[in-house]
Amino acid sequence: MTATSTAVGIAGAVRSGERSARSVVEEHLAVIAARDAELHACNHVMVDDALATADAVDAAVARGEDAGPLAGVPVVLKDNLCTRGVPTTCSSRILDGWRPPYTATVVERLLLAGGIPVAKANLDEFAMGSSTENSAFGPTRNPHDTSRVPGGSSGGSAAAVAAGYAPLALGSDTGGSIRQPAALCGVVGVKPTYGRVSRFGLVAFASSLDQIGPLATTVDDAALLLEAIWGPDAMDSTAIPSQPEALGGDTDIAGMRIGIVEELTDVEGIAPEVKAAVERAAAGLDAAGARVERVSVPSCAYGLSAYYLIAPAEASSNLARYDGVRYGLRVDAADVAEMNAKTRDAGFGAEVKRRIMLGTYALSAGYYDAYYGQAQKVRTLIIRDFAQAYERFDVLLSPTSPTEAFPLGAKTADPLAMYLSDVCTIPTNLAGHSAMSVPFGTGAEGLPVGVQVLAPAQGESVMFRVARAVEGIVA
Amino acid sequence: MTSSNVYEAVIGLEVHVELATTTKLFCGCANEFGAEPNTHVCPVCLGLPGSLPVLNRRVVDFALRLGEALHFDVPPSSIFHRKNYFYPDMPKDYQVSQYDAPICVDGWLEVDGDRIGIERAHMEEDTGKTTHVGGGGRIHDAAHSLVDYNRAGVPLMEIVSRPHIRSAEQARDYVGELRAVLEAIGVSDVKMEEGSMRVDANLSLREVGSEILGTKVEVKNMNSLRSLGRAIDHEIARQARMLDAGERVLQETRHWDEAAGVTHGMRSKEGSSDYRYFPEPDLVPVAPTQQMRDAARAAVPELPAAKRARLVEEWGISESDARVLVESAALARYAEAAVLAGALGKDVANWCLGEVLAHCNEHGLSAEVLPLAPDGLAELVGLVADGTLSRNLAKEVLRECLTRPVRPRQLVEERGLAQVSDEGELAALVDEVLGANAAAVQEWRDGDDKARKRKRGFLMGEVMKASKGKGNPQVLNRLLDDRLR
Amino acid sequence: MSTRISWDQVRHVANLARLALADDEVAGLADDLGVILDHAQDVAALDLEGIPPTAHPIPLENVLRPDEVRPSLDRAEVLAAAPEAEDGRFRVPRIMGDAP
Repeated sequence: MTATSTAVGIAGAVRSGERSARSVVEEHLAVIAARDAELHACNHVMVDDALATADAVDAAVARGEDAGPLAGVPVVLKDNLCTRGVPTTCSSRILDGWRPPYTATVVERLLLAGGIPVAKANLDEFAMGSSTENSAFGPTRNPHDTSRVPGGSSGGSAAAVAAGYAPLALGSDTGGSIRQPAALCGVVGVKPTYGRVSRFGLVAFASSLDQIGPLATTVDDAALLLEAIWGPDAMDSTAIPSQPEALGGDTDIAGMRIGIVEELTDVEGIAPEVKAAVERAAAGLDAAGARVERVSVPSCAYGLSAYYLIAPAEASSNLARYDGVRYGLRVDAADVAEMNAKTRDAGFGAEVKRRIMLGTYALSAGYYDAYYGQAQKVRTLIIRDFAQAYERFDVLLSPTSPTEAFPLGAKTADPLAMYLSDVCTIPTNLAGHSAMSVPFGTGAEGLPVGVQVLAPAQGESVMFRVARAVEGIVA
Repeated sequence: MTSSNVYEAVIGLEVHVELATTTKLFCGCANEFGAEPNTHVCPVCLGLPGSLPVLNRRVVDFALRLGEALHFDVPPSSIFHRKNYFYPDMPKDYQVSQYDAPICVDGWLEVDGDRIGIERAHMEEDTGKTTHVGGGGRIHDAAHSLVDYNRAGVPLMEIVSRPHIRSAEQARDYVGELRAVLEAIGVSDVKMEEGSMRVDANLSLREVGSEILGTKVEVKNMNSLRSLGRAIDHEIARQARMLDAGERVLQETRHWDEAAGVTHGMRSKEGSSDYRYFPEPDLVPVAPTQQMRDAARAAVPELPAAKRARLVEEWGISESDARVLVESAALARYAEAAVLAGALGKDVANWCLGEVLAHCNEHGLSAEVLPLAPDGLAELVGLVADGTLSRNLAKEVLRECLTRPVRPRQLVEERGLAQVSDEGELAALVDEVLGANAAAVQEWRDGDDKARKRKRGFLMGEVMKASKGKGNPQVLNRLLDDRLR
Repeated sequence: MSTRISWDQVRHVANLARLALADDEVAGLADDLGVILDHAQDVAALDLEGIPPTAHPIPLENVLRPDEVRPSLDRAEVLAAAPEAEDGRFRVPRIMGDAP
């Protein structure tokens, strides 16, 4: 990365008046215009809004004001973040054409920091998927190999950063939806602690798991964006009410204890090169003075199953509101119940319907205890097991995704195979902890591989320190 | 065949009451009745994608106050659940409510010496309001319907009694007492007609002496105490008729039709009763602190039962007068303020239960907004007590004082309404009237008891008329008796 | 262990979820749900007696807001998003079932 292409570099240049925000935005819009017909990372490019925001940043700089830590930095927003007056579709037909009358807290904070939203990024419909193929508007392609998926569900955000649309993007992560596409596209992706970033204005998938986080080309850039958006929010009851600890710029990991999680590394179907990458990263950290060991977090083995009961259950309720009454699509019918049912059948794609059905079933009379109730208990086990591991280790390490990016269409016929690509990332969401993916070389097919750094709740500071160290190791 | 007296009704009531907060349960939209449709709506109460609820502190405070007043246990922690079902008046197609961990459990209310158990009271959000267009405004005959979400998200408490109620009368008394308590503790306007208090009844019949419960029927849509009583009586009779005829009572929800005076079965979609409750992930538990509990206890004033007992004791009024007076917290406060201003309790109660209550009812007013302040009523009572004003004229004065801002003494002076008690002045008046009505006096002398009574009444009326209503009736009576001896 | 989901069960769940599924969707979902629930049997079969459920990963309590009015939305903007509006209200086809 050159200094002029990172968020840190751009913000510095714009704040000092060396570069104008308008020129920065124009350059990035040109990249989008050149590449997006092929990649389809964006649902909507906010050309006029972006230029107007850039001009406002330039005017602030000209007046000698502090234009903010993200001054003039283009940011791509996952299209499940509400933006007032700008289409917000969740890549679903059911919300096609909807323009929210309000803006998400994270986007408000981004603007306040001088950041410039330039586009709404494609995603798996309602963030349900691991390849961005579940978009009603067509899949996004991986910039490193356009015959392959970028991962998902924040595949548009990850591809946008990888292709240079913007140095930063926001995604959302319910079971790995930031980290897995970040790994597959060779960028940094962070899932902060649950409650650390306000969810107000994030269209809900699974409320107790969803968390917004940054994607970036460098760890420092990711930190810059995260620090701009996180912190308490009176509009989100689940937001942690205390101020977060600053991330700092430390890279020193001497004496740090790092555990490689067996259950997230020795997983079914893991590519040997991916496993090898984690081992090389561990060796590098060891060489830098950390003590690396293997550790077992046994209940992680149940993470995937628990997740595919909890997330669909919450989703089935969260997505009930798309009924054709107040906004979005309506398919006419003689009575309101039929109108609801036809609208929802026409408006939702196959994966969304599958999860609504699964979640409705798991919550329905007679099944609650066996499925949803049982899965919530598994969460307790996972939290306990992680707590034990964190008594011995400062951070944990694992692959982000078991494989490199797979070809488009490879897993669309087999839901379970697709679900398995989140096996390494899901336990973090169930526990509410923080984790991030850092690019670490390439795999057998020459495509990016990510290493996942996991930390306990509110452990972002130490997590970023280790991530910087991983970034500094030559893969 | 009327064999219904072999059955005993087993009734539990679910009372929904809208809380008198400034804003809604989970957002800052105004909680206000009667606004233009869809003007008190925001992303949260419209259920727009991405919106999140944040609980209104005052709702919790009100719930804790209710907990105190109805002798509830308040568990250390309570949570919200989502009740999932589709209906167009519900913006999220789930209702945020409390399920198996409500804020208040196991309370009671004493009604006419019987302790009615209350299973629970919980917080939940109200739905929007639908209007049916065409088909005479009836839901199923309508061509289409229109939805206003102003009421969506308004805070409700649902208060669920145990099945301890045995008759329509007891149900009415329970709701009346509950209403008085809710009003006294200031958590609700409790206007059934405006829908701020709604009552559903669960009712079954069993043979007297039997412990086996019959099939439970839920009756909805009673919008006054009177219709609650009518609906229960009707439903008891309906079920008794069915049982007598050997028919099976269906477990169902029935709708009370006020105009027709009958209940009829409601239509529901198949499977709609599987609400798939699960803990609301967007909200966190409510764990009332000691400080919150103490504040709630301090905010509960004297409750209606205690107040009634005190008024009977201190003012010497009847139990039934005390009941009527205390039924309206505002009227009771008004009366007490008048007594505090120096008037005699019994007199104040008489005026309040007469002219003041009639005026309030006629104009739909709360005693709080009357132009005559409580000390003005005390002034009026004083004018009567010291003989300045006759009771009859006092009524007129009060009526006027209730409609415009004028003090009783001021009105008496302006109009020259002060009572005349001067013996000489009144004696002359009596003599004059008797002289002018010699025939009537003669008829009195010749008549039997009945005729005498009639003629005396006539002459007293003439005398009072001649005094322009200002003559002191006691003095006039004595003078008249003296002369008719 | 194999979880078989019948077409009738799928239709019942679809009715709860208000999805007007086509017949081929019903068949496909019966298979998919069976496979996914099979996979979930490892969790369903665990003995978790005495383990409390976790509804919130980060425990908080008493998150309350003051009872103060905040601005509501502009009605014209709200209704502009509606598929159909009339007389300041959202318009829907006739309602056949009573509210529960």
